[in-house]
Amino acid sequence: MFELLGVPPQALFGQLLLGLINGAFYAILSLGLAVIFGLLNVINFAHGAQYMMGAFATWMLLQYFGVPYWGALVAAPVLVGIFGMLLERLFLSRLYHLDHLYGLLLTFGLALIIEGLFRQQFGSSGLPYTNPIPGGANLGFMFLPYYRAWVVAFSLFVCFGTWFLIEKTKLGSYLRAATEKRDLVQAFGVNVPRMITLTYGFGVGLAALAGVLAAPIYTVNPLMGSNLIIVVFAVVVIGGMGSILGAILTGFGLGIVEGFTKVFYPEASNTVIFILMAIVLMIRPAGLFGTQR
Amino acid sequence: MRMKCLMIAAAACLAAGAAEAQYSNGNIKIGVMNDQSGTYADLAGPGSVWAAKKAVADFCKAQKCHDKIEVIFADHQNKPDIGAGIARRWYDVEQVDVMVDVPTSSVALAVNNITKEKNKVFLVSGAASSDLTGKACTPNTIHWTYDTWALANGTGNAIVKTGGKTWFFLTADYAFGHALERDTAAVVEKNGGKVVGKVRHPFPGQDFSSFLLQAQASKAQIIGLANAGADTTNAIKQAAEFGIVAAGQNLAGLLVFLTDVHSLGLKTAQGLIFTEAWYWDMNDANRAFAKEFAAANRDIHPSMVHAGVYSAVTHYLKAVHALGSDADGAKVVAKMKEMPTDDKLMGKGKIRADGRKIHDMYLFEVKKPAESKKPWDYYKLRATIPADEAFRPMAEGGCPLVK
Amino acid sequence: MKRNDVFTFAAVLALLAVLPAAIYPLFLMKVLCFALFACAFNLLIGYVGLLSFGHAMFFGFAAYVSGHAVKVWGWPTEAGILAGTGAAALLGVAAGAIAIRRQGIYFAMVTLALAQMVFFYCHQAPFTGGEDGIQAIPRRPLLGVIDITNDTVFYYVVLAIFTFGFLLIYRVIHSPFGQVLKAIRENEPRAISLGYRVDRYKLLAFVLSAALAGLAGATKAIVFKIASLTDVAWQMSGEVVLMTLVGGMGTVLGPLVGAAVIVSMQNYLARFGEWVLVIQGAIFVTTVLLLRRGIVGEIVAAFARRALRRGKDTAQDAD
Repeated sequence: MFELLGVPPQALFGQLLLGLINGAFYAILSLGLAVIFGLLNVINFAHGAQYMMGAFATWMLLQYFGVPYWGALVAAPVLVGIFGMLLERLFLSRLYHLDHLYGLLLTFGLALIIEGLFRQQFGSSGLPYTNPIPGGANLGFMFLPYYRAWVVAFSLFVCFGTWFLIEKTKLGSYLRAATEKRDLVQAFGVNVPRMITLTYGFGVGLAALAGVLAAPIYTVNPLMGSNLIIVVFAVVVIGGMGSILGAILTGFGLGIVEGFTKVFYPEASNTVIFILMAIVLMIRPAGLFGTQR
Repeated sequence: MRMKCLMIAAAACLAAGAAEAQYSNGNIKIGVMNDQSGTYADLAGPGSVWAAKKAVADFCKAQKCHDKIEVIFADHQNKPDIGAGIARRWYDVEQVDVMVDVPTSSVALAVNNITKEKNKVFLVSGAASSDLTGKACTPNTIHWTYDTWALANGTGNAIVKTGGKTWFFLTADYAFGHALERDTAAVVEKNGGKVVGKVRHPFPGQDFSSFLLQAQASKAQIIGLANAGADTTNAIKQAAEFGIVAAGQNLAGLLVFLTDVHSLGLKTAQGLIFTEAWYWDMNDANRAFAKEFAAANRDIHPSMVHAGVYSAVTHYLKAVHALGSDADGAKVVAKMKEMPTDDKLMGKGKIRADGRKIHDMYLFEVKKPAESKKPWDYYKLRATIPADEAFRPMAEGGCPLVK
Repeated sequence: MKRNDVFTFAAVLALLAVLPAAIYPLFLMKVLCFALFACAFNLLIGYVGLLSFGHAMFFGFAAYVSGHAVKVWGWPTEAGILAGTGAAALLGVAAGAIAIRRQGIYFAMVTLALAQMVFFYCHQAPFTGGEDGIQAIPRRPLLGVIDITNDTVFYYVVLAIFTFGFLLIYRVIHSPFGQVLKAIRENEPRAISLGYRVDRYKLLAFVLSAALAGLAGATKAIVFKIASLTDVAWQMSGEVVLMTLVGGMGTVLGPLVGAAVIVSMQNYLARFGEWVLVIQGAIFVTTVLLLRRGIVGEIVAAFARRALRRGKDTAQDAD
């Protein structure tokens, strides 16, 4: 068998698969961000905090109410989504007529508050959550934990489900129409503000869903989202801001690129995304799948 | 009669005044600086402040302390420039006499410099870098609880001797991680082991599966985790998930705290071997301290860092009272080095010329879930490393104070 | 200079000159360094309409360069600061040439990407000392004679540096060049159609802003005797955005006020431990919801409203 730069192909295969798994998280997170940006024109900096809330909701549901993982998979995104809708009604809805910058700063402030309160309440060394599907299969080139396989499968389902919902259904066409010509859609009798609130809740719910998926893998920690946010941000920009498909494909793609970087130049694995972003923006100003508005 | 009373009172006042005059601005001010809200907040954080206050209270109960002793604290957010800014303000404006704890080696090194510049006292409990008593040692700093060399020595020795000959390092890509890796690799090689590979992950990391896979491919017997906090717990958690341990490789956590084990849960952490300076469930004095500590700190049990803060502050107060003055930092530290240390948590010990506090270190193994009888019952003792073997010999550190 | 402005600046300068008597000089120096940094940033966002989300790269890189020059190469303080400023300007040319080709949020993202690369370089390069940073940078006598180891003396030097940067920016935005910048901010296509080479103007403004941010960073490194990764991290870029926003974007004094508010907040909230984040977050939310023009911006607007009302009154009286 040939070797690539001293790395045997089986190992590369394993890394490819791992990259895809990590990509699943990026995809769900950036999908939520893209939905919110595409339909509300808000850059949701609280996305990382909401992801963290999803993981904490999972933990709390088990700890305080005995709700197992599979229940939390539904309940946690709904709860956090409702919280998101509350935020939208209370704060964000006052800023739609302004520049992006204000939405970004507001959500940044909200993220600080949420993170601070969680640290205050739960400390910062993290809480354990038991893996609901222990064990795994030996694929020959690597050991694949069942749980990770589930994460990839489920997130593919969620991503393409969302894509279908927004791009191919009647509800989705209302949503898209509302972002283009808000007044006109309202004139047709659609309650646009309510639709926007629900959309934000949906985007936040996606972030929380990623949090639920992450809880058994990473320690549930108030800081888990704060470093993720700018990476996810970059994914959305590379994919093309507001492009649903772009966010999904770039999310998975980035996971793979990052995976390879971890093999060949591990120190740079947190930076490679930004190098890609700079290059993409130079060649395709609106991102890979975006259209210039 | 009344006149006489007044005169007595005045004389008492004068006497008290004379005693006070020996202290800079009439009181002793202890500044606890650490991570109050980030990754290291549970293993140091508010708990260290509590421990310092407790040490003051116990000291003043045991013997009459003739001064106002105040404990203040601040959050350095693990950033050396923020820490340096606070240290300067404390020494310049707030008249802090001694700084305590300061986890995160980079911040500790900054405070180390400033403390020497201002001739105050710096008692390190939370930080790990063995440079603090090596090339960066000063006459104003004492490194109290543990250091990278002691951890590497304790854990590395024990593991190589029980057959873990080949090592692969998973190292956080920053100075502290590099130091831990360097010290451990030296111990491993000295004992006839071999380092077969290493990978440096960005700090902070989140997903370690890729690195773990590389470690697995190296076929090393031991995967050494040269990182800390959430990085360590995530790596351990994911190693369990990917069946690394089940497939026959073992993990060595080079810096693991009680709070990390708590956050992992025994199911994941069981069998992990590492070195620490103190454990709450070792004797009655420790247990009593832990009980009070937990009641005041969201049920978190004290880590070795907290015990170290308590022990260091106690010894500092003894030295200052013996000396009758806290004005000259270097003199206080010299006095502390001269007096043997003795307190209820860390027992008897001494401080070397290079500023290293010497005491026994312990090799612990994390219990299996079935062995744990009560909350926070996590460790069993594997071996005690005697004080004179636990720390780096003075001659090897390269500290300029040692002639 | 307008007479009003002269009066205001003189008052502010006089206030800054007497402050060390009451307030810890190191704290004041920190405020001034960040104020200069925010002023440099404000030049771009307030007068050209470019939101850079990577300004920390200039601030932090200059800090490293000046720290290294002074500590390792043994350069005099003023040469070290100039070296840092020059390095930031060069970096500004390179980054600017790439970034100004994009607009709006994409401009912000390109600058963020470039800043992350600079951060990575600073983390990996041996001369920066990893996360320990460059520590114990000596404070050598300025120009060989002024002893800056004394904080109060050094404060006046930093005040002079700040005043220089501040007046330079003031001069630039009131020059014909500045008028063109504002025209670009208001309507770029129109500025192009009028025959201005918009890209050159933007690049020049970008480099100027980068150099001044570098001046601030280099000075800060000498003040605190430390250059570290905090100065190049993306959070620092975010911090300068917040300072400018809190103080008032596009106002001359806004960045100074914003820097003072944010730095004092960090300074005096440090003792609240875990609540710092919550309080900071609450302040940002409040600013965005209630004080959108920033502190100085709201004050100016209030004055303008009053003047307008009075103007109307006198007009009616004349009738």
